[in-house]
Amino acid sequence: MATPSTLDRRTFLKVTAAAGGGLIVGGYLPDLDGARTTAEAAGLFEPNVWVKIGADDSVTIVLSQLEMGQGVMTSMPMLLAEELDADWARIKTEWAPADPRFGNPNFGGVQLTAGSNSVRGMWKILRESGATARAMLVAAAAQTWSVPANSLTTEKGEVVHKATNRRVKYGALADKAAALPVPKGVTLKAPKDFKIIGQSLPRLDIPEKVNGKAEFGLDVQRPGMLIARIVKCPVFGGKVASFNADKAKAVPGVRNVVAIGSGVAVVADNYWAASKGAQVLEVTWDEGKLATLNSADITKQYAQLAAQPGKIARNEGDTDAAIKGAAKSFERVYEAPFLAHATMEPMNCTADVRPDRCEVWVPTQGQTASHQAAIAASGLPADKVKIYTTYLGGGFGRRGEADFVTDAVESAKAAGKPVKVVWTREDDMRHDYYRPVTYARMWAATDAAGKPVAFKMRMVQQSLMKRLGSLPPNGVDFISLEGAATLPYDIPNIRVEYTETDPGIPYGFWRSVGASVTGFVVEGFIDELAAAAGEDAFEFRRARLSRHPRHKAVLELVAEKSGWGKPLAQGHARGIALLECFGTIVGQVAEVSVTNGAVKVHKVWCAVDTGWVISPDTIKAQMEGGTIYGLTAALKGEITIQSGRVVQRHFNDYQMIRHNEAPEIETHIVASAEAPGGIGEPSTAVAAGALVNAIAAATGKRIYKLPIRAEQLRGTA
Amino acid sequence: MVSLTVNGKQYDVDVALDMPLLWAIRDTIGLTGTKFGCGLAQCGACTVHLDGQPIRSCMTPVSSVGAKKVTTIEGISPTTSHALQVAWIAEQVPQCGYCQSGQLMSAAALLAKNPKPTDADIDAAMSGNICRCGTYQRIRRAIHRAAQA
Repeated sequence: MATPSTLDRRTFLKVTAAAGGGLIVGGYLPDLDGARTTAEAAGLFEPNVWVKIGADDSVTIVLSQLEMGQGVMTSMPMLLAEELDADWARIKTEWAPADPRFGNPNFGGVQLTAGSNSVRGMWKILRESGATARAMLVAAAAQTWSVPANSLTTEKGEVVHKATNRRVKYGALADKAAALPVPKGVTLKAPKDFKIIGQSLPRLDIPEKVNGKAEFGLDVQRPGMLIARIVKCPVFGGKVASFNADKAKAVPGVRNVVAIGSGVAVVADNYWAASKGAQVLEVTWDEGKLATLNSADITKQYAQLAAQPGKIARNEGDTDAAIKGAAKSFERVYEAPFLAHATMEPMNCTADVRPDRCEVWVPTQGQTASHQAAIAASGLPADKVKIYTTYLGGGFGRRGEADFVTDAVESAKAAGKPVKVVWTREDDMRHDYYRPVTYARMWAATDAAGKPVAFKMRMVQQSLMKRLGSLPPNGVDFISLEGAATLPYDIPNIRVEYTETDPGIPYGFWRSVGASVTGFVVEGFIDELAAAAGEDAFEFRRARLSRHPRHKAVLELVAEKSGWGKPLAQGHARGIALLECFGTIVGQVAEVSVTNGAVKVHKVWCAVDTGWVISPDTIKAQMEGGTIYGLTAALKGEITIQSGRVVQRHFNDYQMIRHNEAPEIETHIVASAEAPGGIGEPSTAVAAGALVNAIAAATGKRIYKLPIRAEQLRGTA
Repeated sequence: MVSLTVNGKQYDVDVALDMPLLWAIRDTIGLTGTKFGCGLAQCGACTVHLDGQPIRSCMTPVSSVGAKKVTTIEGISPTTSHALQVAWIAEQVPQCGYCQSGQLMSAAALLAKNPKPTDADIDAAMSGNICRCGTYQRIRRAIHRAAQA
């Protein structure tokens, strides 16, 4: 199990010392700040914040990227261990505290696990940290043996002097290495020398995820801890006007009922009491200005906005003139709904707020955001607020928010005791930051020979970039348009426009983000263009990738592996899609059949070019999981708004693909020397595109609006 | 006071009689391997065995358990060596891992009564367990692997 925090590690070390371990003598540090004692330092070599090598030969790698199933708990250590030439069997991990030193450079130093940025943001830092540590250990051995450093090699946690057949374990060099200067400008290994990178090593988190020992946020227990449920206004933006706590307080076990920023906290001895108290709590809401808003109003408003030109994201040639002068042109509207993240572990957070300190235990994707939320809610200075992280029972973007941290800190502050806030499934479904609803107008034109001459797109959406700060001066949200503004195909006239609006429904980052929409809209529309040109969907794309050889190779690989063009079972059809997002190119082929409107996905093939690969099996797992996530959304996912509130509540009206519906997924990885891309999200983005294209091939019916409903397809096949 | 036998051990728990078994196991007894996912028996994360039968503990009041023996994920093997756990590791099944206790308990109940399940048997026994990370095909492979072990 990963040691959850520096504090606990120190406590552990103290216990070890007390038990006669001999390594640590006294010097237990009662404060929470993390400055090491000299006694402890004596046993440890810490060349940088990412790795600690103990006298016992243990190698502890500090994880700033958080584990939510994407494999970072293993891939991050692999990067560092490779350059360190560590003994993989001695690797331990520890979660980083909220501390700017552990920031991800891809987020300007913010600690955030999102946007498929763990490997992309951290690989260089971690490899350099490992190489630096190795160089210092080698220097220490060179000193010890009085031999030149370049006569030494390293392997599996040892420095080796081949000429004299001497070996020394890293642990024995820790003290000496710690006293040496930290070298600059270390050289990284050539890929041909990799021993760890490129191997499908068993994931470090998996053993404790099959026996119930893995600690998720909901599993956190603190002495004297109470449990709270938060009753929130069902209407977005609504506030508590008044409440009567008499009935709630009459429930045995309910300790406190208190208004907090997001609603009313019912605090009790256990979840069941809190839940029963919440059910009988009487609240009068000031529902606010969104209380009359419906999904249909949003669609209408977006359609009106789409009638006007948007901000220009890309403009090549003269699309409007090309459309005007073309032999044939057509226009379509594509729509995608709000989506909830629906992590299996509902939102939760545990906090303990005392006059002089605040501690928070939280399954979060963002230590920095959680820290800031806890600072604001506790009113304490930053150095008195500690964030301890756990495993995440799913993240998908939802846990990059910190609303649950605010809930917990406010509840704990009011209670004067540790409080674990537990959201119900319904709370989770109805108080999300949703994947934004999208309305896209698409235009295309073909010449007399049927060849495409123009592609034009106008997307209306809430701005994801605004959630991170602001839109750039040109008004174009390149996060929302990922996969669209970067259209790779050779079409002489291309124009992509973006219009921002905000109806007030909370929105945010949902696995694959902007590309979750463009994978469907753009690749669906390109399929229509191929059909208009009378060309095969694969050949059409392949012929128009002259500027993108990596895309072309991915497309060809997925076509080859899926047997594109070969005969299929009666009623089956294939669809193909290709998208670059998060620095990774994914091609997919889906094989489907449609019976009385019901779609059956038989199999999905993925080809992926994600640069050089750390763990092939993790890439496969992410291709599989991401595809299921995307197919689930395309086939079932829709959050609708009625009277300012979310209609869906549970897994019965916001459904998931289950075992009996899950297709086989086969993944092929393109060998590549390019820098690593992201892997957690791209297959989600492209899944809907391949699916709707397969449905069109099977039924002749083009899907313009997600999710795919049986009514849309009944009578077509 | 309710008496529960969980993983072979008896616990006298002072909880409301209508409290679902899930919360008695997690909040009171302190075995947190069994997960809360929905509270409405729709996701299967809370699956435990009652006398060997898989049940959704989130909707099973403690008062209805009686003398039946409760088995949780912590109780299927003291050494993580149940054939399914071994297969789960071999197939590298879990991603976030949150649903996997429930998946394993449903699979364990399946194998106990049907040692060589077909794909259709797996669909029938496992489709009540949602995995949001989409590990379904790996779970299927792991069940077949365990059945052959």
